[in-house]
Amino acid sequence: MDKIFRVNMTDLTTKIEEVPAAWAGLGGRSLTSTIVAAEVPPTCHALSAENKLVFAPGLLTGTPAANSGRLSAGAKSPLTGGIKESNAGGTAAQMLAKLGIKALIIEGAPKGDAWYNLAVGVNGVTISEEKELLGKGNFAVIDAVEARLGKKTGVLTIGPAGELKMTAANISVKDPDSKIRSHGRGGLGAVMGSKQIKFISIDGADAPGVKIADPEKFKTAARAFSKAILDHPVSGEGLPTYGTNVLVNILNEAGGLPTRNFTTGQFEAHDKISGETMYDTIVARGGKPKHGCHAGCIIQCSQVYHDKDGKYVTSGFEYETIWGLGADCCIDNLDDIARADNLMDDIGIDSIETAVMFGVAMEAGILNWGDSKEMLRLLTEEIGKGTALGRILGGGAGSVGRTYGVTRVPVVKNQAIPAYDPRSVKGIGITYATSTMGADHTSGYTIATNILNVGGYVDPLKKDGQVELSRNLQIATAAVDSTGMCIFVAFPALDIPECLPALIDMINARFGIALTGDDVTNLGKYVLKTEREFNQKAGLTNVHDRLPDFFKTEPVAPHNAVWDFTDEEIDEFWNF
Amino acid sequence: MQITLKLFATFRNGRFKVAEQELLEGTDVRAVVLSLGLTEEEIGIVMLNGRHGELDSKLAHGDTLSLFPLVGGG
Ligand code: SF4
Repeated sequence: MDKIFRVNMTDLTTKIEEVPAAWAGLGGRSLTSTIVAAEVPPTCHALSAENKLVFAPGLLTGTPAANSGRLSAGAKSPLTGGIKESNAGGTAAQMLAKLGIKALIIEGAPKGDAWYNLAVGVNGVTISEEKELLGKGNFAVIDAVEARLGKKTGVLTIGPAGELKMTAANISVKDPDSKIRSHGRGGLGAVMGSKQIKFISIDGADAPGVKIADPEKFKTAARAFSKAILDHPVSGEGLPTYGTNVLVNILNEAGGLPTRNFTTGQFEAHDKISGETMYDTIVARGGKPKHGCHAGCIIQCSQVYHDKDGKYVTSGFEYETIWGLGADCCIDNLDDIARADNLMDDIGIDSIETAVMFGVAMEAGILNWGDSKEMLRLLTEEIGKGTALGRILGGGAGSVGRTYGVTRVPVVKNQAIPAYDPRSVKGIGITYATSTMGADHTSGYTIATNILNVGGYVDPLKKDGQVELSRNLQIATAAVDSTGMCIFVAFPALDIPECLPALIDMINARFGIALTGDDVTNLGKYVLKTEREFNQKAGLTNVHDRLPDFFKTEPVAPHNAVWDFTDEEIDEFWNF
Repeated sequence: MQITLKLFATFRNGRFKVAEQELLEGTDVRAVVLSLGLTEEEIGIVMLNGRHGELDSKLAHGDTLSLFPLVGGG
């Protein structure tokens, strides 16, 4: 039977608890958000002992279901002041699930200055004081933990940014190649830092594994599900070949590629940073164009990027990072962007928040547009070392905007707006505005339907249908985020009729239950409403469901589009 | 009439990134697609002057036509 592992950092005790009946049908995001909403006072300081950091594998994690190995991390966010769930690949989710850990809840905070590490295993959690690895980057932590505890050990770690409690700090997860995937958004690394935990190791020895109630039914459903993923042109072919970065050229053509801190919608040097160029570069240098962030991923959107000498620079090199440092900061050097991606992983800072922050920093005059060398220096010497300037930069786009008096600051609920201009791709603007997470493209990825012709087509430049599109996608995403599935399974799910029923059949076969499509939709609605209620109690209301004013007043080229939704139209989102 | 034709992702293999094309008045997107040796099913996204177009869209002098296979990410 699955258990809840609870760690109290105030008195340094740990407990193993039964799963309350009300949590039995939950996993991933639905579980982290339920626990945070139930146990964290919404008005608490996110870096205080009252906040809790919760990790939960999804409902299907640890089973042979394709792409089901994502881990949800939740807490009150120090960046947004609202609830946060951020999910990531890596090896930890499957290890936790196979150990029978439904959730790991970390609460309280040490009274003294000592730092700790947590060791999670089949018999519970051990808390030990940590001295050696303080101040170290994430790659060094992973190497050291493997040397101490063995190559197979799972690792969740924070870098200097998390130790310094920067609000853009992330939590790194070791991937199958001992590299890094991240719980990127919302400053969860700072929450882990506030609990004075440098890393969490996971020992999978003697894990009982995940029991499947109806193995035959599961097998049939899992086969149909994998087939749908491989049959869809996006998940079966597009993502494995070009990764997510193929979007640079598409968004540039559509005029929705935010450039020079969101002042125009096309980047002159787009081809130099495009997915096509990246693919050719990776192949020419002997890197890997396709790569999975966890065992069991059959889409493999990730890649391994090498430098000119054929040496590893980074992996999991995503469109959002490349767009942010590229178009938004006018940097046309893919090698420097790759180096920055690796540095951000090592320092432990969100690559979306940080890239958008650099755009604001350039506007503020802290560095020149396109100056990639200075960008790399600021990462290593200022943010990485935690200087006063580094802490301002490590606070994200909003922090730099406030400190330097910049008015063009692309954030919602203080979280940076990612790689799609909401004026020329209006559906995603509704998602940015209304998401309980702050500006987050993954929480309702309307780009699929606005731009990629997946799940039908809704004209990105018109207002019609966008609220409904975003609502449906956000509800579906909240449910998918509860299964442990990578959100890219949404591409086949939107187009191939067998895909979603197969996903539901797998859940039913795993637990011996009989959920219907409606139950799954209701789960998504429940998650959103639970998160929204927490946010409202924390003081984030519908007046925070708004984009910054400049989107209304500054038309964006080439379509000269503005953000023209009224407040009432946006608030319609919550009408469900 | 002349148009600018841009190809992306796998469509570039053995073809080109961008080319000026001389076409007869009234040519539609489908005719251009077929002339490239591509099939309708292979087309993911048609963009005509930065807006979504259709295979039936008629081309005009000075247009920019961009063709993408079904690709995506996020
Ligand atoms: S498709 Fe990409 S993000 Fe999704 S599980 Fe695979 S590698 Fe990870």
